[in-house]
Amino acid sequence: MTVEITGVGVELGGRPVLRGVTAKAREGRWLAVIGPNGAGKSTLLKAVMGLLPFTGVITVGGRPVRGLAPRDRARALAYAPQSPLLPPDMTVGEYALLGRTPYIPYWGRESARDTEVARAVLDRLDLTALAARPLERLSGGERQRVVLARALTQQAPVLLLDEPTTALDLGHQQQVLELVDTLRRDDGLTVVSTLHDLTLAAQYADDLLLMSDGEAVAAGRPGEVLTEDLVTRHFGARVSIGAGPAGRPVVHLRRPTG
Amino acid sequence: MSRNFWILAAAVVLAAFMTAGLMIGAAGLPLKGVVLALVDRLPFVEVHSGLTPLEAGVLFELRLPRVLLGAMVGGLLAVAGAGYQGVFRNPLADPYLLGAAAGAGLTVTLVIVVVGDGVGVPLAAFCGAVGGVLLAYGLGHSATRGGGTATLVLAGVAVTSFLTAIQTFLQQLKVEELQRVYAWILGDVGGGWDQVIMCAPYAVVAAAILLLHGRLLDVLSVGDDEASALGVRAGRVRLVVLVAASLATAAAVSAGGLIGFVGVVVPHAVRRLAGGSYRVVLPLSLLAGGAFLVGADLIARTVLAPAELPIGVVTAFVGAPFFVTILRATRKVET
Repeated sequence: MTVEITGVGVELGGRPVLRGVTAKAREGRWLAVIGPNGAGKSTLLKAVMGLLPFTGVITVGGRPVRGLAPRDRARALAYAPQSPLLPPDMTVGEYALLGRTPYIPYWGRESARDTEVARAVLDRLDLTALAARPLERLSGGERQRVVLARALTQQAPVLLLDEPTTALDLGHQQQVLELVDTLRRDDGLTVVSTLHDLTLAAQYADDLLLMSDGEAVAAGRPGEVLTEDLVTRHFGARVSIGAGPAGRPVVHLRRPTG
Repeated sequence: MSRNFWILAAAVVLAAFMTAGLMIGAAGLPLKGVVLALVDRLPFVEVHSGLTPLEAGVLFELRLPRVLLGAMVGGLLAVAGAGYQGVFRNPLADPYLLGAAAGAGLTVTLVIVVVGDGVGVPLAAFCGAVGGVLLAYGLGHSATRGGGTATLVLAGVAVTSFLTAIQTFLQQLKVEELQRVYAWILGDVGGGWDQVIMCAPYAVVAAAILLLHGRLLDVLSVGDDEASALGVRAGRVRLVVLVAASLATAAAVSAGGLIGFVGVVVPHAVRRLAGGSYRVVLPLSLLAGGAFLVGADLIARTVLAPAELPIGVVTAFVGAPFFVTILRATRKVET
């Protein structure tokens, strides 16, 4: 499902946080939203998820999200926030099952199929052995995988991930991003994620959207967006950009010489 | 251990405490007689209980309503506390958080001081509890246009202090009524069949609504944004649970006075034993809260017999060590 964002604006507490943002995440591709702190990356994701009031139009698979009932929206878009609240004594299995919420009626309970979907997702993410473990007893990498498992049990064609690699070491960052990429390829998922590591974003995303001060300032293939000029201007950082694997750009910080 | 195990265990404990509550008192009644007399009251069943008419009178006119009211009030306070804890995502929230106790305290004091008659006390307590919560909710809601839970809690604190100040002032005006006011505040489940009948409809409706929201409270426990992203209208769920929990609290307060401790400690103890899912915490709190208060009442009316201790004193006196025991016994879970 393609996500189209057209002229989206968001005000928080009377202050404009997003202004006229237009972007597109094509079906089956990964769009990474990058930008300096406070650029409005997370706000954009929340607006797409319908968690904030916005002006402009956001469509998912051609349907405007504003008109969707909450449950229908949750069947189209799955969202993992930057710092998810994990109830300490809830088990991994129970937490993954929460992803089936959009399919359960208000007074209802999970069906056998819901349990089966959650079980299959846990299996796929290598979490079956942890199913009975309380969330408070997970490592950082396990937590991130569990949050991903909950999003996947939603079986939504679009995955919105807000900084999925926060607080993860190098190995776990790679593990989580590889996992998301595999799921995207195998299931044809559309992925929209914010990522603050520019090199990581360039490695994994098909397209980048550079945001600065609430506006979309550049969009396109990683090589088109990650230029020294744009990065220097919007991040206020001295960088040099080299060629990495598969011709994808790698961003290096430059230390002043002398 | 499974959810069904804990619920069954709590039901057995409640039944045992209620039976003990029926048997024990100034005049002891035999177990067999009590059971047969109860069976005899079932439709289409006729058995001879062997109880004397006097014993049957004690059983049906004094003990049975008392035990039922104790179970109802305890269950309501505990399940309402669990509901509040789910809404506020805070295991220390209690059913009196939003001004229910202060509202009821004020209206009951008014009735006792101004009217001087005890007849209207339950109704006044009910109206005061509902009024206190409405006041806090209105205040919290208008302050944030939609209301975060933190603002609502602060509004509850403000309303509680304000109403308690008025109540204290009224008490000072009529010091001779102090004892009656305090007797009500410390709680009593000896109100008889009138109270049972008045409380029962609210108990059934409020408890049913709360129990049906266990799954949704579990969804709310991951935060409002994620609950909304999962397709749940978090604000609406919270409001429904808050209304049902406040109704349960008002019914409990009107029937039993301001009994403390049950509403915060029983759900917390239950959570330590059986896990944090509200699908277990809510039904288990209902059953365990009932058992706890029936047990507390049994102690209140036997320890200094023929005198009676106020039940509110017993709940805290027995409850605190009991709670510490549970904390110690489940300490391993945390490490």
